[in-house]
Amino acid sequence: MSADVSVTITDLKLALPAGGDRPYAVDGVSLDLIAGKILCVVGESGSGKSMCAHALMGLLPDNVIAEGGEISFDGQNLLTLDETSWRGLRGRHIAMVFQEPMTALNPLMRIGDQIAEMFEAHRLLTPKERKQQALSLLREVGLPDPAASMRAYPHQLSGGQRQRAMIAMALALEPAVLVADEPTTALDVTTQAQILKLIRELQRRRNMAVMFITHDFGVVADIADSVVVLQHGKVVEQGPAEDVLSRPQHPYTRALLAAVPTMQPPQRATLLNRRKAVEVIGLDKTYVSGGGWFQPERCVQAANKVSFNVLQGETLGLVGESGSGKSSVARLVMRLIEPDQGTVRLGDIDFTAIEGKALRQERRRIQMIFQDPFASLNPRRKVGNIITDGPIAHGVAPMIARQRATDLLGLVGLNASAMERYPHEFSGGQRQRIGIARALALEPEVLVADEAVSALDVSVQAQVLNLLEDLKARLGLSMLFITHDLRVAAQICDRIAVMQRGALVELKPTAALFSTPEHPYTRELLAAVPGRISSSKAA
Amino acid sequence: MKRVSRMLSRNPGGLIGFVILLIAVAVAVFGPLLFPASPWRMVQRPFLPPFTLAGLPLGTDALGRDVLAGIVYGARVSLLVGLVSTLAALAVGIPVGALAGYFGGRIGDALMRFTEFFQTVPSFALAIVLVAVLQPSIVSIVIAIAIVSWPPVARLVRGEVLSLRSREYVQAAIVTGQTSTWIIWREILPNALSPVIVLASLMVATAILLESSLSFLGLGDPNLMSWGYMVGAGRTVIRQAWWITVFPGIAILVSVLALNLIGEGLNDALNPRLNKDGR
Repeated sequence: MSADVSVTITDLKLALPAGGDRPYAVDGVSLDLIAGKILCVVGESGSGKSMCAHALMGLLPDNVIAEGGEISFDGQNLLTLDETSWRGLRGRHIAMVFQEPMTALNPLMRIGDQIAEMFEAHRLLTPKERKQQALSLLREVGLPDPAASMRAYPHQLSGGQRQRAMIAMALALEPAVLVADEPTTALDVTTQAQILKLIRELQRRRNMAVMFITHDFGVVADIADSVVVLQHGKVVEQGPAEDVLSRPQHPYTRALLAAVPTMQPPQRATLLNRRKAVEVIGLDKTYVSGGGWFQPERCVQAANKVSFNVLQGETLGLVGESGSGKSSVARLVMRLIEPDQGTVRLGDIDFTAIEGKALRQERRRIQMIFQDPFASLNPRRKVGNIITDGPIAHGVAPMIARQRATDLLGLVGLNASAMERYPHEFSGGQRQRIGIARALALEPEVLVADEAVSALDVSVQAQVLNLLEDLKARLGLSMLFITHDLRVAAQICDRIAVMQRGALVELKPTAALFSTPEHPYTRELLAAVPGRISSSKAA
Repeated sequence: MKRVSRMLSRNPGGLIGFVILLIAVAVAVFGPLLFPASPWRMVQRPFLPPFTLAGLPLGTDALGRDVLAGIVYGARVSLLVGLVSTLAALAVGIPVGALAGYFGGRIGDALMRFTEFFQTVPSFALAIVLVAVLQPSIVSIVIAIAIVSWPPVARLVRGEVLSLRSREYVQAAIVTGQTSTWIIWREILPNALSPVIVLASLMVATAILLESSLSFLGLGDPNLMSWGYMVGAGRTVIRQAWWITVFPGIAILVSVLALNLIGEGLNDALNPRLNKDGR
């Protein structure tokens, strides 16, 4: 057993600079990476999981100091290595795959050259052999037409293809250890499934030890051999994947697992004889970019004859991969962008026909919750102002608006003292609650939530979803819920519409969509959701 | 204010600049108390070298006027012109840039072509023509400097507004039914201001240089003693009486340097990419 251990981390302590929210980023973490096995390091944001990966690669930020412990690889302690020894080690023995393949690749270098550079940096092979090696690596990671991909620049490849190229680079020197830091987080579900399969295959074929950092228990269930759960830089649970996932011991692990939305849609009351809150008829939107004297215009159809209704009191989910046009539809419905064609009706008015003052007046009836809780609040305005700005613009007296904002903060689970504070003093989940309070301040009939929980950790995600569900029922709201995550959609939506390349391909009640998907694309999406095996086991 | 003081404590260059500027402002404000007589008045024989008479430490010029008094009164003109013309340039540049960035499309194109029209004309030549046409006076100098220095402000603000316009909090303001004016004033401009403040501090320096250059060419306000005028008037006798040109020259150099140091310091303090702990 011990012969197979590639890397042993013992009692690793990484000190954060003074004045942080805790003294240690990583506090007493011990783990073994075993050849031919995948170890998943799981935790929420800020749990120190990425710091572990960076320590293993010798890429710690200058202000983070390894205060204690040992990372032993091949008989040496990596924490005491100097930069020269690190250069010999990195890439050759320990390689890394990053989260965002677009920023991790050099945009001005052809893919083939970037892979060949790996050999060059370690002074291996002749230029010709490097080319050949690069080609065979690209073939191994399953890039279509490897010869053409060699000559391609990163921006000419899709996200999934770029990640494959990154993996090819990481594998170039046949490292014994692969560190993958959230390698599939930036990818669509179907692409994610392919990349996970690829990593699994390659790791088996080459008998590598893999340290896989992720926040997604679905991904863990799909690929992990063993699991380490981190909370606030401390290991709370560790063991074989099977045990941790099906018999979690620590309450934190249990809470995390319970917060993972399952694919089983809960029973929902049928909505009969409701009036239509939003009626979308034949929306068309085409983005035209580029175009000039020397190049043709590039047209992207974001919405192609999209029609649906949202009934009063209903939650309609709009799901699809990135680029499917779901966010464009949300913005069309909100009239943040103008449709080329089509109508949006809010109750009895034609929302697409009004302009100027009338439009500003009617905007009150449909409000939006945004994706990024860090970008959706003006950093220079107090929370109280952020919430009351809308009502005051619609003629509510400031005193009454403030009173109501205080009530709303209570409603979304925040303290009234939040009124006088600035957005940066709040966590992501709290900010999203402020965003919800801002939307509710105008007493809308319809809420449009654009990936409202995608940027949040699972446990916070579950809380915000519950809050939305509760508010919707209490205030009799209708909701258009846009998400890429079918698991989330299953939890909250009455009906789900699936979008592909700007067109609605299927619209069904949630339970029916999950049990009898008709369109091949819907089936593909459902099949790609990570962790399906374990959730069906649990059911 | 808290950030400015923190910036100063961290950045010695900025602190030095700030101290020099404070001294210059104090001299400009309290100068007339120390030198109640007009700086144009003859006080001694011409070409009196510096450090010879206790009452006239910097000597006298070709007409026997006190060089030190000239510098003290010149500070008033330089700082006033620098400040007022920068404010005027901001008053033109910020609205033009904000409107062009926010509305884009044809309005944006029209405003930016208008801006480019001013940028294509060499700024100093345009300033000379403007002052010559308007008759040299402090008002026409301020106007001329403002007219040649607003285009960079407009371009900078437009760029900032363009990137801020697509932020989610701006979209949230649109969705809650705010007017465009309100959104520009309350949501966008406050977040676009940091680079503008930095640019403005450097613009004050440029304006002081421009005013000096105009005065040097004899296009200054004939009723006001300024550093540029002193350098210009003394240049013909620079071999015999170096002090007439050197001391006002040093005054220009030091005040422009101080403003550049402040601009640099502000840039470090306000630029979020350099300033790691955010706001």
